[in-house]
Amino acid sequence: MRSADRPISPHLQIYRWQLTSVLSILHRAAGLALSAGTILLVWWLVAAASGPDAYQGVADFLGSWLGFLLLFGWTLSLFYHLCNGIRHLVWDTGHGLDLKSTYLGGWLVVGGTGALTLIAWIAGISSWVY
Amino acid sequence: MRSPLGRAIGLGSAKEGVEDWWLQRITALALVPLTLWFVIAVIRLAGADVDTVRDWVGHPLPAIFLVLLLIATFWHASLGLQVVIEDYAHAEFAKLGLVIVVRLACFALAVAGIFAVLSMALETTS
Repeated sequence: MRSADRPISPHLQIYRWQLTSVLSILHRAAGLALSAGTILLVWWLVAAASGPDAYQGVADFLGSWLGFLLLFGWTLSLFYHLCNGIRHLVWDTGHGLDLKSTYLGGWLVVGGTGALTLIAWIAGISSWVY
Repeated sequence: MRSPLGRAIGLGSAKEGVEDWWLQRITALALVPLTLWFVIAVIRLAGADVDTVRDWVGHPLPAIFLVLLLIATFWHASLGLQVVIEDYAHAEFAKLGLVIVVRLACFALAVAGIFAVLSMALETTS
């Protein structure tokens, strides 16, 4: 027998956002973005193997504003998925599963992602210019 | 005929069927150093011309690391995408079809990437 007014969860419209669930969804989103980004990686390698003309095509694309936007999204997704992935691996050992640790780990992941992305782009742009 | 209980006994507590879960973690562990190495390598190659890139791939260590990176990446991606598909695709034929497409695409991309690396590496050493 079905009860019409039983609570149904999660009710996304009224569900309060919290760090833990947002980071969980972002881990998946970043994984999807990185999967799409692998096409770029393979394109780059195949173009380099094919010769100067093919490589110029991928270099021009990566140097365009769309290329930069994709590369930025890719580095952000990569560092996030990497940091949060390590958080997941720690959980897999059975550690850090209490509420306090999940929030502490979550904020560490957010900070680490921002810092690593910033460092990578500063290093990348200075390497590109000089 | 075996009873449902008989079929279930021995299959609990991760005796079988955890291979995908386990491989997802093993490839994740491998990808931690490999991706960090790759990002640093790409930063150093920023703006490089094709000869510089080919010369870099032609060295043994970058070539080996790139092949390992490609294997771990596409294995990990294939398993991760399969979990996402199984969570959200509810129609059986759509689920099966998407899983097959993702598997084949990951395999094809991995082969293409590995072939590109090897062709550059072997050309430089010969």
